[in-house]
Amino acid sequence: MARIGVFTCWCGENIARNVDVQSVAEQAAQLPGVRCSQTHKYMCSDPGQKLIRDTIAAERLDGVVIASCSPHMHLKTFRKAAEHADLNPYLVEMANVREQCSWVHSQRSRATAKAVDLIRVAVAKVRHNRALEPIQVPVTRKVLVVGGGVAGIQAALDIADSGVPVVLVEREPSIGGKMAGLSETFPTLDCSQCILTPRMVEVAQHPNITLHTCSEVEQVEGYVGNFRVTIRKQARYIDVDKCTGCGQCWNACPSKKTPSEFDYGLGKRTAIYTPFPQAVPARPVIDRDACLRLTKGRCGICVKKCQADAIRFDDQDELVSEDIGAIIVATGYQLYEIGKPDGQGRVTGYGEYGYGRYPDVISSLQFERLVSASGPTGGEIRRPSDGAVPKTVVFISCVGSRDNAKGLSYCSKICCMVNAKHTMLYKHKVHDGQAHVFYMDIRAGGKNYDEFVRRAIEQDGAHYHRGRVSKITQEDGRLIVRGVDTLAGEPLTIAADLVVLAAAMRPATGVEDLAQKVNVGYDEFGFLCESHPKLRPVETNAAGVFVCGACHGPKDIPESVTQASAAAAKVLLMFSRDRLYREPEIAHVQESACAGCFACRRSCPYHAIDPAEIRDRQGQLVRRVARVNPGLCMGCGTCVALCVSKSVDLEGFSEEQVYAMVESLR
Amino acid sequence: MNTAASDPANGEFEPKIVAYVCNWCTYLGADLAGTNRLEYPANVRIIRLPCTGRIDFNLIVKAFEIGADAVLVSGCHPGDCHYTSGNYHARRRWMLFRELLATLGIETERVHFTWISAAEGKKFQQLISEITSTTRDLGPYHAYREICETCEV
Repeated sequence: MARIGVFTCWCGENIARNVDVQSVAEQAAQLPGVRCSQTHKYMCSDPGQKLIRDTIAAERLDGVVIASCSPHMHLKTFRKAAEHADLNPYLVEMANVREQCSWVHSQRSRATAKAVDLIRVAVAKVRHNRALEPIQVPVTRKVLVVGGGVAGIQAALDIADSGVPVVLVEREPSIGGKMAGLSETFPTLDCSQCILTPRMVEVAQHPNITLHTCSEVEQVEGYVGNFRVTIRKQARYIDVDKCTGCGQCWNACPSKKTPSEFDYGLGKRTAIYTPFPQAVPARPVIDRDACLRLTKGRCGICVKKCQADAIRFDDQDELVSEDIGAIIVATGYQLYEIGKPDGQGRVTGYGEYGYGRYPDVISSLQFERLVSASGPTGGEIRRPSDGAVPKTVVFISCVGSRDNAKGLSYCSKICCMVNAKHTMLYKHKVHDGQAHVFYMDIRAGGKNYDEFVRRAIEQDGAHYHRGRVSKITQEDGRLIVRGVDTLAGEPLTIAADLVVLAAAMRPATGVEDLAQKVNVGYDEFGFLCESHPKLRPVETNAAGVFVCGACHGPKDIPESVTQASAAAAKVLLMFSRDRLYREPEIAHVQESACAGCFACRRSCPYHAIDPAEIRDRQGQLVRRVARVNPGLCMGCGTCVALCVSKSVDLEGFSEEQVYAMVESLR
Repeated sequence: MNTAASDPANGEFEPKIVAYVCNWCTYLGADLAGTNRLEYPANVRIIRLPCTGRIDFNLIVKAFEIGADAVLVSGCHPGDCHYTSGNYHARRRWMLFRELLATLGIETERVHFTWISAAEGKKFQQLISEITSTTRDLGPYHAYREICETCEV
């Protein structure tokens, strides 16, 4: 390459104030391989770009260096300009003489000299640049959504409505997630199930959605646009096609003592059951650990009762394979485990609150079930111990959240609103009751959120105490809550009938496993990492994998839904063309030199390197070498630095280019 | 040595510093120093690479060979790597390589390894000022060049 054009920008006064642009251009013209050197007041402007295009054509340039601002600012601009002049865009390089020169060096002679050096480096590099074409990857237009809570439902419906097939995988027997168990939602107090269940039914009936419940992602192979996903469907012991969901079986089931997961242990369920009346699919499942037939070989009443002949005690787990183009992870959250026994007779995490020991100390999600019309008490607020209506209820904020001693430094974000909602729901049902809230701060940012908290305090008369609770004990059937009111500056003891702990939000169990399968990072708390907190909030560093909802961080329903729709939009954007176009600046292996040590493979953060077999004409294995998957490689170059035989190289930052850059500074 | 950093007008020793930085954190940190007009000595020549994981440590030796008086390697903070883990590889390599350099007799105080994020323009300014000043105190890296010349003979 020997016909390079250097274009130095004045950037008005920005570069020209501290750099002698004319002198730089003259010196650049003398650099080896430089054909012409020009300047312009504003190189990024239309006339500036025209100068570049015209010069490329007139001088038949085969390489271009723009000395102006940061490549993060305008490299794309100038590469496009080159493309318009029929020069391969990857033959354009930039020298950053503004951010890293004229703006930080006021001594004109030295800034000018450095500018020349920066151009020298860029020219040295561009002499070794190669024309590159974007990598094209075929796309399977089908999406996997993992998790059927409100976020997963929203994402699945958005995508399915646009005509793209969706496979929705849910671990539980029904979709609906945590939201299905809520009573009313803030800040409007509209009934949670009234909003959600029609959406759940829509999922079940949508021609573009394949729903797998009682299912988990077993294995993920492949890469963006071309995943192959294996889903494990747990044995349901029900033929869902024959079953009509009539309910004869679960009404007759004699095994009635299993704590209901959906009611968080406040109610009981049978061994053959649907988690809640509006479950989707509206088909029961048999709990293999509770069913008398499956555990002891006795019973079988459900078989007799079933008129559809739908009970299948010989049902087996089934593995389903799907070809998938993009994956959305929406696995949601669980509550922080309060008062968890550590196996040595002690309790970790707020043992002093007596959760698990005192039946009337419950979590916020359990309180939701107590208030819910479909809950174990039919919507009447009755405490678990004796079924009495509690006259004094204490709500405690930040149980786990913002507590470094418990290892969770973050704010769970929804609890302040949840507490305000709970005091209101309580006061609306128990008019003469007293609601007390212990809080650290009230964080109610959001549309109509602060107004909602004010309403709880001012209209519904909730008592808010700023301070923590140190201990809860039980005396004469009442819970003695000892805390402090830091605004009043005095200790505070309240005799309560019921205590509700707003436990922190944590990512759902098993999310780390899933994250490793789809190659997405997670933080110290297990929340999945987005690609960029502001500009790429639903993408991840694994191409083709997106996140939404509370698996990514604490979120309320509106935020989860917003993020789910955003993820859906990103997937649809990806599917808007038949092929994916990726940056060609990726690694490649010179297979003839590769010794097959696979150090590169172990170091690759994207699992983009696979072993390939080289065989002779007779089909005999000659040797195994590393091969880069262009659909996965992101171009970090870690493999290049590790390769002992120097048989891996990185387009755009090749050994030749980088060494030439350093050499130019000699 | 015909490049400008070591060719001062005032006759004083001007160290030549080669900086290998990653594209996503330190390069943007340097850009931010510019945007905030944070002045620092003009002795550093940045070579932009996608990731510190890309830096083969032969490049450090190469920098000394072409006459650098100090070398800087800087990338994203641990946990912040754009490519998830390239900086961890760089860090591991650096831990091993530093000892090797010391064994070979290379003055390891001339090799600097740091993390600078895209938000740390101020830190970039301070770091470059500091490295320039310490390298100025150390003086030109004659010892290495003499070895190079001997080898060439």
